[in-house]
Amino acid sequence: MSEWWTYRPGDLLMVSLRVYERLFVLHNQALWPAQWLALALGAGLLLALWRPAAGRRRLALAGLAAAWGFVAWAFLWQRYAPVNWGIRYLLPLFALQALLLLVLGLGRGVRVTASRRAPARWAGLALVAYAVFGHPLTALLHGHGLAGAEVIGLAPDPLAIATLGVAVLVQPARRGWALLAIPALWCLTSAATLLLLGAPGAWLPLAAVVIAVAARWRPPGCA
Amino acid sequence: MSLESQRLSRRRLLGGLLALAAGAALPPFPARGSEILTREVPAIGEALPLVGLGSWITFNVGDDPLLLEECTAVMAAFFAGGGRMIDSSPMYGTSQATIGHGLATLDAAGKVYATDKVWTSNAAEGPSQIEASRRDWGVPRFDLLQVHNLLAWEANLDTLQAMKAAGEVRHIGITTSHGRRHGTLERIMRDADIDFVQLTYNIVDREAEARLLPLARERGLGVIANRPFQRKRLVRRLAGEPLPGWAAEIGAESWAQVILKFIVSHPAVSCAIPATTRVDHVRENLAAAREPLPDAALRRRMAEHVRAL
Repeated sequence: MSEWWTYRPGDLLMVSLRVYERLFVLHNQALWPAQWLALALGAGLLLALWRPAAGRRRLALAGLAAAWGFVAWAFLWQRYAPVNWGIRYLLPLFALQALLLLVLGLGRGVRVTASRRAPARWAGLALVAYAVFGHPLTALLHGHGLAGAEVIGLAPDPLAIATLGVAVLVQPARRGWALLAIPALWCLTSAATLLLLGAPGAWLPLAAVVIAVAARWRPPGCA
Repeated sequence: MSLESQRLSRRRLLGGLLALAAGAALPPFPARGSEILTREVPAIGEALPLVGLGSWITFNVGDDPLLLEECTAVMAAFFAGGGRMIDSSPMYGTSQATIGHGLATLDAAGKVYATDKVWTSNAAEGPSQIEASRRDWGVPRFDLLQVHNLLAWEANLDTLQAMKAAGEVRHIGITTSHGRRHGTLERIMRDADIDFVQLTYNIVDREAEARLLPLARERGLGVIANRPFQRKRLVRRLAGEPLPGWAAEIGAESWAQVILKFIVSHPAVSCAIPATTRVDHVRENLAAAREPLPDAALRRRMAEHVRAL
């Protein structure tokens, strides 16, 4: 695109808010009743992080890795990319994030903080809990009920927010930062998109990034 | 009957019903003298209705059956109101396929003046991209193909000129928007063998009036005015303002009609291409292309009034 700097951010939008909302409605219709399974797995993730034994930690991170792969294929590639050709350039990042979760999560030397006195632990768990149980309810802000609910494991925003929470909990810090970068980038992209579309709740992915980065700066105690 | 044919039949039936509904919602057959106005494009020796239909964002609806049928209803109202030119681009996501769906549902491939673009920095990909676009539209050939936003314009224009010589497209042109690269566009208009230019022109974006529109008249080129409403921004800006008294003189009942009447009353403009997802808006847009249109003196007053708001 020539003279790209002369375009307003809104000029780069390809879809309307209605089309964007309908993507999630159709996605949910196509996958129903997988939402219940996704919510159950999300609850399992939260429990695994609450009591982070090594086996649970590996299972949780492997499950998250699979979710990044599934969302990239089922939502981004099959639904979003046809109406927004820019999305195809983000797909490799989703694959990279899945790989990072597998390598860092299953590798040796990775821990999940378990200290109940560490504020960052609560921030990480709160992000995961919000992603699993709170974020789907933001569909109500759009005034169309829960048909377009964004559910962890099926839609990118709650998945990215939950991964931010995991990145806050992971030790050592270097590996936590490595897990944080791509979900943060997605959340910023999503916040910008929602803001330009005039969608309610555009600040939520942005707030998740701010909380995750702030919590990550304070190294939590490790079990 | 196969599942696929059942699905298609239901889709066609729904589309037909929507089209009928849209048609029924239109006003009675226009009285003599109130039909949509056309203007001849000397370069092609044909007259086109002054209002067409854009597809940026509005028709990019993926394979959503509900939204596809809404777009089909818009197209039905557009054709019922006398519209012909629909403009799209491979850059517009699934808009071309949406148009193809509408044309097939309405059996309207013979009514449309099919206008599309080539949009690639690698001109070698141009022919295959154009063929993919043609398949999406479901038309035997395009009426007008344009080089999108002057992208690799020399090589892509060579492709279009070769296609025109071979009878694979009827007319060719080049586009820009947002007032960009008018110097290059002017040079192309002077030197290249084209039929149309597409540029941004409306009641506040009037740079084209200085050189490009007079040059288009001199060369007999068709002019397609894009971004008539600055993608809703202009209409939203004016929405809170009362319509001036002179709006009634030109039969304008809304700011959208004021803006469109201003654009299409310029004698060099062949067609404005507002995009919409709403049947009532497409009717409103088409109604703006009816008599009376403002004369030069009123056009000046209109522009001054809007600038002062």
